[in-house]
Amino acid sequence: MNDVLNALFVLILTLNLFALGNGRILSVIRIVAAQGVLLGILPLLMHEHLTFPEVLSSAAAISLKGIVIPGIMAKALRDAQMKREVEPLVGLLPSTIIGALVTALAFLVFSRVDPASRSDASLIIPTSITTVLAGFILLTTRFKALSQVLGYLVLENGIYIFSLLLVEAIPLVVEMGILLDLLVSVFIVSIITNHINRAFSSLDTRRLASLKE
Amino acid sequence: MAFVLILFPLAMAGLALSIPSNRWRPVLLPMAAAVHAAGTVAVLMRPEWGSTFAWLVLDPVGKVILLTVSVLYFFSSFYAVGYLKYREERSNRFFTACLLAFLGLISLAIWSHDLGLMWVAIEGTTLVTAPLIYFNRSQRSIEATWKYLLVGSVGIALALLGTFFLAYSSLQGGFGATLGFEDLLRNAPGLSKTWLRASFILFLVGYGTKMGLAPMHTWKPDAYGEAPGVVGAIFAGGVTSGAFLALLRIFQICDAAGENPFASRLLVFMGLFTMTVAGVFMASQRDFKRMLAYSSIEHMGILTLGLGIGAPALFGTMLHVLTNGMTKGVLFLSAGNIHRAYASKSIDQVQGALRRVPLSGALFLAGFFAITGSPPFGPFISEFSILNGVFTAGHFAAGALFLVLLLVVFMGMGITVLKVVQGRVPLDVEGSDYHESFLTAAPVLAFMAIVVLLGLYIPAPLQTLLDDAVKFLGNRS
Repeated sequence: MNDVLNALFVLILTLNLFALGNGRILSVIRIVAAQGVLLGILPLLMHEHLTFPEVLSSAAAISLKGIVIPGIMAKALRDAQMKREVEPLVGLLPSTIIGALVTALAFLVFSRVDPASRSDASLIIPTSITTVLAGFILLTTRFKALSQVLGYLVLENGIYIFSLLLVEAIPLVVEMGILLDLLVSVFIVSIITNHINRAFSSLDTRRLASLKE
Repeated sequence: MAFVLILFPLAMAGLALSIPSNRWRPVLLPMAAAVHAAGTVAVLMRPEWGSTFAWLVLDPVGKVILLTVSVLYFFSSFYAVGYLKYREERSNRFFTACLLAFLGLISLAIWSHDLGLMWVAIEGTTLVTAPLIYFNRSQRSIEATWKYLLVGSVGIALALLGTFFLAYSSLQGGFGATLGFEDLLRNAPGLSKTWLRASFILFLVGYGTKMGLAPMHTWKPDAYGEAPGVVGAIFAGGVTSGAFLALLRIFQICDAAGENPFASRLLVFMGLFTMTVAGVFMASQRDFKRMLAYSSIEHMGILTLGLGIGAPALFGTMLHVLTNGMTKGVLFLSAGNIHRAYASKSIDQVQGALRRVPLSGALFLAGFFAITGSPPFGPFISEFSILNGVFTAGHFAAGALFLVLLLVVFMGMGITVLKVVQGRVPLDVEGSDYHESFLTAAPVLAFMAIVVLLGLYIPAPLQTLLDDAVKFLGNRS
């Protein structure tokens, strides 16, 4: 079981790098969706005896992160009629390299932190932190509004990975609340990006610069 | 009682979505606010109604925040009805529903004793308040909404990571992972120190973004500048108080864990840094609504500083949550009236407000004196009490810097405010047909009355409430 889990974590880490290195927004949406599905599968593999709430939260995570949210994003992208990210602040290849370095660094640092009481948790913390940081890189180096939202989703995925350590601490209500908040935020953001596109004829956030000191 | 305060506004929000009449829909706001205020008074008088579940408890600290939010919302809701009358051509369906949903969610955040649930509620308030900033449908308001959503969501996501770190520190301490506030408080001395510290930093950054602590404050001038005045009041007194409550929670856990020096140092530094940034940007501000945003940032800095000082300043800090909230009501609502009378926010056009809108102009001026800590207003008492605490605790350098920054802010804000209220009304705006109405003037007067009252005399029940909160925060009850 542990081998499968570890393979999934490596896959998630690879998807981070793919997301950082891809200039087509639709491809990044698909990458983030794939990552979401993997995240939903993880808790099913971590427990020997599955209870109903665990299956429910897994199913909710898979359907939201893997299907509904990418669907909303893809629709927003279609409405905006654009395909590619403009030249990002940091190029695609350099940001992939930065992502790889961050991954290595996170594993180096957290291999020293005393490992958790569970044996299957050794990869969770570094994977989580790396994914959060990859989300940050996407957020800060891309200019298109939708790409920034994708960065936020990757960041949120990283936080979700950390929550796998804490299954007993998070009541189902809270877990559903977190997913609901995520869904509503993506929904609102897709409406706002639509309005940005109409008002500014572009999704380039550099045009949003009339408010400053 | 928890269910009344949380679910009633949410139900009203649902109702608001289904009412077709644009004219009658806003009436739901004062209705929900009145029920909420009545429920708040009831639960403050009967403490046994304060605990429903293990994870929905109204503790003494929560009571102070609940009182602030409920009073602020109550008077603002009447103002909102008056405001929406001026905007009848625009659909207020989502505006009303979101404003109502906000009241329910902030109450949930105040009641929740599960820090995960608290996060869900505070993130919820971020989401429902975004459409409020966007009400005016201009390019500038889209920009403000976008920045608010992006910066706010990332900040609040970090707060979630911090919340998880906290649960993990409990797991590492050998207690099993938990997010229950009571459990964490009880086990605090045994929590893993490294993870607790990391968690505190993420709380400070995450919820600090929501409060508007520098350098995460960038969304605030834009959002407050573009949102209607009544939304600004709700933000500056309500949303920020809810986020500050989250900081109070983690501070209390750190205090119980013996990590007080670590937390205090960071809080004092953040508080003073935030005040400095606010002072610098306020000095040359030509837009009087953005100026109010910097004033809000400054006061979040004062609250953070007061919390960092700890025991000697906690009474002043809790009182300041209340006085700051009420004074922000005066300032933002009167600023909204002035904005409407001139159809501009720039001090190049807005001059002579005392002649053009005498009542709002006078209240704006009085609000300025109040918020900068002049007697006989409420913030004078709370700021003086915090300052006193800073010196009592022996932080002389911080105290001196605090005084200098108060002076800088007084001068910077004074220049802008005096330009707005004094002088002659420019010729081209004298013809604008805005006149003050009862609904947009009376709530501002009510806030002003409370601010003056708090400056002259603190009623005994409020004194008890604040004393209890200080005891609770110091883990002495």
